[in-house]
Amino acid sequence: MPSGPTRVDAVMLEARATVLASRSIKTSAKRLALDLVVACMDLTTLEGKDTPSKVRGLCARGISPAPGVPSVAAICIYPALVAVAREALEGSSVKVASVATAFPSGLSPLDVKLRETREALEAGAQEIDMVIDRAAFLAGDYGRVSGEIAAVRDACEGATLKVILEVGELGSYAAIRRACDLALEAGADFLKTSTGKLGVSSTPAVALLMCESIRDHARRTGRCVGLKLAGGIRNSKAALGYVAIVHETLGNDWLRPERFRIGASTLLDDVLMQREKERTGSYAGADYVATA
Amino acid sequence: MRAAVPDLRYAPAPESTAPVTIRDSYGLFIGGEWVASANAATFVTQNPATEEKLAEVAYAEAADVDRAVRSARRGYEKYWRKLRPSERAKYVYRIARALTERSREFAVLETMDGGKPIREARDFDVPQASAHFFYHAGWADKLAWAIPGTERARPLGVVGAIVPWNFPLLIATWKIAPALACGNTIVLKPAETTPLTALLLAQVCLEAELPPGVVNVITGDGRTGAALVEHPDVDKLSFTGSTEVGKAIRRATAGTSKRLSLELGGKSAFIVYDDAPLDQTIEGIVSGIYFNQGHVCCAGSRLLVQENVAADLIERLRARIATLRHGDPLDKNTDIGAINSKAQRDKIVELVQSGVEEGAVLVQADFMPPERGYWYPASFFTRVQPTYRIAREEIFGPVLSVMTFRTPDEAIERANNLPYGLSAGVWTSSGALGMYTAQRLQAGVVWCNTFNQFDPSSPFGGYKESGFGREGGLAGLRAYLET
Repeated sequence: MPSGPTRVDAVMLEARATVLASRSIKTSAKRLALDLVVACMDLTTLEGKDTPSKVRGLCARGISPAPGVPSVAAICIYPALVAVAREALEGSSVKVASVATAFPSGLSPLDVKLRETREALEAGAQEIDMVIDRAAFLAGDYGRVSGEIAAVRDACEGATLKVILEVGELGSYAAIRRACDLALEAGADFLKTSTGKLGVSSTPAVALLMCESIRDHARRTGRCVGLKLAGGIRNSKAALGYVAIVHETLGNDWLRPERFRIGASTLLDDVLMQREKERTGSYAGADYVATA
Repeated sequence: MRAAVPDLRYAPAPESTAPVTIRDSYGLFIGGEWVASANAATFVTQNPATEEKLAEVAYAEAADVDRAVRSARRGYEKYWRKLRPSERAKYVYRIARALTERSREFAVLETMDGGKPIREARDFDVPQASAHFFYHAGWADKLAWAIPGTERARPLGVVGAIVPWNFPLLIATWKIAPALACGNTIVLKPAETTPLTALLLAQVCLEAELPPGVVNVITGDGRTGAALVEHPDVDKLSFTGSTEVGKAIRRATAGTSKRLSLELGGKSAFIVYDDAPLDQTIEGIVSGIYFNQGHVCCAGSRLLVQENVAADLIERLRARIATLRHGDPLDKNTDIGAINSKAQRDKIVELVQSGVEEGAVLVQADFMPPERGYWYPASFFTRVQPTYRIAREEIFGPVLSVMTFRTPDEAIERANNLPYGLSAGVWTSSGALGMYTAQRLQAGVVWCNTFNQFDPSSPFGGYKESGFGREGGLAGLRAYLET
């Protein structure tokens, strides 16, 4: 079999993603899928103005978004707020996820990245969302990119490592696939699309491409890596489209928080409103959804 | 709390049939009116997914065909040839708009009468059909520019069009739109199993106030079609269907002045080189052979894969067909609908049996068909030898034959080694290899790293026994003009 990077072609990739993202998920399937979206959500705040009280509010909402609704999977925050979140989430199933490695650019020395990772873990983070060095990747220095992932991997033993590819900066589907394969080999527990700091982030085609990479890796090595989609997923319809992509490409084994996450800050509001609509038959206003 | 997550299964998501009103019975559409057939004969059209009767449809005998052709001649002499081209265009635009406005109705009806998935009828058949009317409407008053060197491109007169059951509305449109735009009138004979969208289109023509006789629709079977072929006052025949019938039409029209366009069968090659993007190639294969249950004349039904990636590709294909969603064609999530008729299902079964008996290995999707209706699961054969019937005959169902090759020239030689030549697919990451291959394939259309891409501006048609003449684009206009 020919070696080298896996080939990707945009036309049929996008065609397939479009079909999957427009699957019609209705009635009982919709109710189930909406709860799944909540259970797989990394409820996120990554702003310069984040304060401890904001994070405590987010944690409370993550533990109990609304009556009868499952807890989210994790709260995703900056390292400085990890201790606050850990305390607020004590006794719940909700994990503390911290971005690290000079998020969002990743352009700091490796020792700084490793120290930031360790400090986040010491403060109580159970999951680390690292960014890859896109500058090194685009310059063709793939060894450096995978070396850094492996180093962070070593630094966070026992914790879940999500590797953010920042797909909007990689330039082509082929490059994204290459970055996926590289991160999988280097030991990522999750592949994650983006930082959420770019206009272009998750698209159905990118999600499909990442699923294919994860599927091939599982077939080759037996190791099942998760997928985290982040950036620009703001409503239920979009989220359900991604659920369909994972469902039909990786299978139901992936539709659980251990292998699937959606990182979002405002998506939860719409999911709760849609859920209420499925339950009662009519839309409640945004005023009826408690935001953090 | 972290609840255990139950498995996701899509709930039924049926498209509503509310936009569709099916009458108990339909007459023939001749001279702008609905009329009974001369001897009041009728036949039944059914839903192939349920075997339920949808409607009774008038059966046109030779006398009715004669009446329709005379009506088309009158429409041509009295109205259509005298109309300014820009006025003709207005009518064609009007039909295009009506098709767009009533797209859901057409899509649901097409799915009910023919069995194709609603997703395809909704996203492919109907949008393509209205696009054909829009495209050709634009040419009506620009024909002198369309065919350089002819300041006086003139219509031919009366066109007889016979269309198949796989894309009933769309292929009717491929013939009606250019015929009308070029100034001809038409007698359309839809397929016996799928007459309803052509009849709805007739209703649209009526409501568009098209002059009487410009479009006529006569329903019936092969005998009706034969009467149209043999009618002395038809100036041009355009036929889409089997190679066998195409040959009969060519014999029947030999020695007459009738123009002829034939779009016939195929056994198209789908060539996969070892540097192909394999996951996207799989999607191309799925589109190539499982689109519309494989009821596609240009289906990529012969997969030729380079030996060193064959095992990997076959493994991916095996996994992929397990995810195809078979079942209710009206469900918005259905990928594979019903086989169009019992006769076609029986033909598929017979050919698959021959493949098994000749020694090929059959792989099929796991699908438990409903008790009623006509069904066949997505299937492919490995270990196919080029001499097997399944490697040479058109199956016209969701059944792919997989063969291997070692070098580009071997792939090209094998691809061309059949009497057919409708389409071909080439999959490679090398632009140069793609061009090298495409230039040497005897096929009317070659798709590179994609499949089943259609546009009204792009001509479609075959080499060799897949037919002659082109539909769509400038080449397609010539088929309806005296130049």
